[in-house]
Amino acid sequence: MAAQSPAAPRLPVNFSTRVDEVSSRARLARFIRVVVVIAVAIIMLIPVTWMTLTAFKSRPDAVAVPPKIFFQPTLEGFVSLLTDRRQLTTEQIAEEQKRTDLTWIDQLALSRGQVITGPSDYPQRLLNSIIVAGVSTVFSVGLGLLSAYSFSRFSIAGAGDLLFFILSTRMLPPVVVTIPLFLMYRALGIYDTHFGLILLYTVFNLSFSVWLLKGFIDEIPREYEEAALVDGYTRLQAFRKIVLPQSLTGIAATTVFCLIFAWNEYAFALMLSADRARTAPPSIPSVLGTGGIESAAIAAGSLGFLIPVVIVTFALRKYLLRGVTFGAIRQ
Amino acid sequence: MLKNQAAPYPTSSQPQRRRQISDRTLSQLFIWPTLILLIAINIVPLFYSLFLSFTNFSAIANKPAEFVGFANFTRIFNDEDIWGYFALTGRYALISVGLQTVIGFGLALLLRKKFRGSGILTTLILIPMMLSPVVVGLFWKLMFNPSYGIFNYLIGLTNPATAPDWLANSQTALWAVIIVDVWMWSPFVMLLCLSGLSAIPDYLYEAAAIDRASPWFQFWRITLPQVAPLLLIAVLFRTIEAFKAFDLVMGLTGGGPGDATQMISVEIYSQAFLGQFRTGRASALAYVVLVIIIAVSNVYIRTLNKVREG
Repeated sequence: MAAQSPAAPRLPVNFSTRVDEVSSRARLARFIRVVVVIAVAIIMLIPVTWMTLTAFKSRPDAVAVPPKIFFQPTLEGFVSLLTDRRQLTTEQIAEEQKRTDLTWIDQLALSRGQVITGPSDYPQRLLNSIIVAGVSTVFSVGLGLLSAYSFSRFSIAGAGDLLFFILSTRMLPPVVVTIPLFLMYRALGIYDTHFGLILLYTVFNLSFSVWLLKGFIDEIPREYEEAALVDGYTRLQAFRKIVLPQSLTGIAATTVFCLIFAWNEYAFALMLSADRARTAPPSIPSVLGTGGIESAAIAAGSLGFLIPVVIVTFALRKYLLRGVTFGAIRQ
Repeated sequence: MLKNQAAPYPTSSQPQRRRQISDRTLSQLFIWPTLILLIAINIVPLFYSLFLSFTNFSAIANKPAEFVGFANFTRIFNDEDIWGYFALTGRYALISVGLQTVIGFGLALLLRKKFRGSGILTTLILIPMMLSPVVVGLFWKLMFNPSYGIFNYLIGLTNPATAPDWLANSQTALWAVIIVDVWMWSPFVMLLCLSGLSAIPDYLYEAAAIDRASPWFQFWRITLPQVAPLLLIAVLFRTIEAFKAFDLVMGLTGGGPGDATQMISVEIYSQAFLGQFRTGRASALAYVVLVIIIAVSNVYIRTLNKVREG
């Protein structure tokens, strides 16, 4: 650099100037690194890819030995997941085949010698999942936002201990809390209700949302609000008009994390719901029980369940680190 | 709604004074709903459970709880099966977290210097940890199937007749669970390590390079100590989670074959909700686990706070 004449225009340095990073050995090392990383990424994705393939396989293809990578895709798996069917005799099949009012779904079932008797439990379970995850997330984020704001802006006696207590509730093993909760819920008549699960999931995510949102609100300069307060805003107005808009990204990230956690939750749902309010995660295993092992149906159920999470993981990638460390570590 | 609740408080004509009062009230109003919910859904059940652990209550018997003193606890401590389940959970946690630490840290070192597409590759690698453990367990169960599952083919055992049935053999079932857990959670360790690595100032390495320190020396004296706090958080968090292992095991093996993967959480669940519904004894066992988890969690949260502040 020192050798450069003062008159020459300074080129932007967008390449490495360190000798040890442009040598052929360093390049080779980098090439190997990239190859290894790509290989690992592929290995990580094999299970998800395999499940996606299986979801579109027909029954014989799904259990083929050796496993098939190329096959004729079909929606059989999804049909078996979403419907209840009855096996037909040969005569009945012949009779059904004469009908012309069959939809493609009926025909798909018929091609396996079955007739659809109605929707399965699964759509209802999926709906329960959406209701429970959605409503509980609204409450966790709402209540969490208020608490996070208070912890961030007001001096609260014993704030450190309170925050510690709030996070420690998240560390409890679900199975420990569920035994007494099961009895309490039964006594209160909220066992196997949406309300009961929503209440539980709200609390389950509350500690997380307080910590994560506090991290985000801490980053908003206090001066904005103080200026607003001087201008005659009340605290609530300042909160609504200054802090809320500033923390929208944080709220969005928190919301998505809470949605994922509630969506994935299994232990509470297994132990505190039976039929009416049961969510999807505990019911995918039970697909196994109906009519032999339906690999394609399980894969279809898993796929429908995981795809939303995969998509939002990309949307969240900037906040993943904050999310998994309760907002304590940020980049 | 909050405004209405705040209204009963006396409003003074002095704006300064009014604001001070309302700040304090507001903070209480903002915090208490959260605290009340946490107390109602977490702390009350814990006390209830403590009471239950001293009784022989069963959730399906129509009998009131009967006080039995420390009988449940002595029974647990004298039960060799339960010691076995604790040992199993400990072994699982140790192996699984150990492998995750090595793989996660290794991956982080590889991804440390950015290259084209490294961002998207990182996100792709992170996908498994966002998935539902029970569903992950289920589709891995399909992959482990000895005849049509793909796992054996991937590791080179292409003959279905001789290939192992991972989940049916009590020797390999635990390893199957560990493999899936490592697949799922190594990315978590990687994510934390990446953040630790990117925070190391370059001048440390430059100074080391000037002193002609070997890469090995740089790793032990600069990289590792600097990443240590975050690595510790990752390890503690994973240890807590591994000790709580439930979803994944239920999806994959349900505790079987026999009791080869009967983790302690699965055991509590089967005591409390299956068979005889031994609510009292399950509560006692849950309390033993709770004490262990609280001890580790304490260290975890304190480390987290230290990293957060420093």
